[in-house]
Amino acid sequence: MALANELSVTPFHDITFHVPEGTFMGIAGPSGIGKSSILKCIYRTYITTSGNIWYKSLRYGEIDLSTATERQMIHLRKNEIGYVTQFLKVIPRVSALDVVAEPLLPFGYSLEDARSAARKLLERLLIPEELWNGFPATFSGGERQRINLAKAFIVRPRLLILDEPTASLDNDTKQSVLAILKEMKEQGTTMIGVFHDWDMMEQVADNIYDLRSIKREDHNNVLEVRGQK
Amino acid sequence: MAIEPLQMSKGMTESIEKEIPLVTVKGLSKQFGSGCEYCSTPSHEEKEGNRCKHCGSIWAVRDIDFELYPGEILGVVGESGSGKSTMIRSLFLDEEVTNGSMTVSTYNKGKINIFNASAQQKRYIRNHVMGMVYQNPYLGLRMTFSSSGNIAEKLIAADNFHVGKIRERASELLDKVEIPISRMDEPPKNFSGGMQQRVQISKALANNPPLLLLDEVTTGLDLSVQAKVLDLIRSLQRELNVAMIVVSHDLGVIRMLADRTMVLRQGLVVEKGLTDQILEDPQHPYTQLLVHSLL
Repeated sequence: MALANELSVTPFHDITFHVPEGTFMGIAGPSGIGKSSILKCIYRTYITTSGNIWYKSLRYGEIDLSTATERQMIHLRKNEIGYVTQFLKVIPRVSALDVVAEPLLPFGYSLEDARSAARKLLERLLIPEELWNGFPATFSGGERQRINLAKAFIVRPRLLILDEPTASLDNDTKQSVLAILKEMKEQGTTMIGVFHDWDMMEQVADNIYDLRSIKREDHNNVLEVRGQK
Repeated sequence: MAIEPLQMSKGMTESIEKEIPLVTVKGLSKQFGSGCEYCSTPSHEEKEGNRCKHCGSIWAVRDIDFELYPGEILGVVGESGSGKSTMIRSLFLDEEVTNGSMTVSTYNKGKINIFNASAQQKRYIRNHVMGMVYQNPYLGLRMTFSSSGNIAEKLIAADNFHVGKIRERASELLDKVEIPISRMDEPPKNFSGGMQQRVQISKALANNPPLLLLDEVTTGLDLSVQAKVLDLIRSLQRELNVAMIVVSHDLGVIRMLADRTMVLRQGLVVEKGLTDQILEDPQHPYTQLLVHSLL
């Protein structure tokens, strides 16, 4: 499952981008072009084959996320970098409320304080109160997605990575997510996101990076690397 | 309503900047068999295998290095015979190692190689510095003694002789692992597999060790019992901030518990990394096979 090098975030043939602090960069392109993979490289779920991913950390200063130590990544994930996927991967047998509250505990919050912060956020994301004590595994797609968002929003990360976070939400919920995203941006959170719907993207993104424009020049390279897999 | 920005506590900042590993293991190797001139050092070649062609000796664990940080959970995965159990038994000093060093920062400021400690020191280390939970509860518990007696054994070894206090601590521990206090004086042989495992965990935690070793603790338990044991481990880690090494062949267990994971094969560490990276972007062909066998 080696990562194809079309995904490396590096100058010249490969991909280069720069996201100024406190702005939102959207990534666009047809499916399969590597949007999510870029995001996973930044979060280090994928290992970058070549290139650098520079991130200005509060703790470590400028740090290359592609070579940071595992311990540094664990700290960054807990404290600075949030990641929201299309899919909810949570520990079973934990109530929705606690799933959302848990990320606050390492910050020294008491369980009660963390829960009350979680309640406020769940309310804002329009999750009905009777579900708060239910297990997210039993929720509908849209509800799960909102739990996922809440889990990432609650710690107010410095960098938020969003992988189609609104794919299965209804319009009202989308608007509430949008409001939170805008608010977080105003407070200085930098965001990189992939959205399927352009409407949503245009409403929050400061820049949109279209992968198709890069891909054409590089097309042979991409195919070749995929072929080796 | 605005979401308030988080304040980071000061203590946390410091601990991140100069993080000291709790456990440092270097060059851990274990050979079974007499060994001969051809196999005096473990080969690092994966293809060669770990059995000596000349004398049949086996290097069950070959030159493993790792660090474990306070409060962290390290997962160890691998197939049967990969050396997982030998490794963890070596760490708990059940097995004499052939080579290697292990230091624990809370024991003599991390200056002593625990593998070379005297028998007396080793006894102290096994009682105070680490706890072990075996796959088979018969190894960790005295089945015919009472459960509270099993815990008392640990406490007495740590120089606690006050009977009232011992019983108090035993009931506190058993309560934590959800064994009814009314049954604390029953021997573990009366209990179900899952309960035995929980008694074993409480025994391992008796003296508040900073390090807990777990060897296939959920293997062989049925699903709902497995879930209870896993929930217990998670809550203990959160409340007591114990560092753990979790050995399992079950990737689900590792995914749920571990921050970082090592993959063992034929006694070698073939890959290590963040758990989600190991599962989603495995680099080594064996890890790829392992991960894809799951799905």
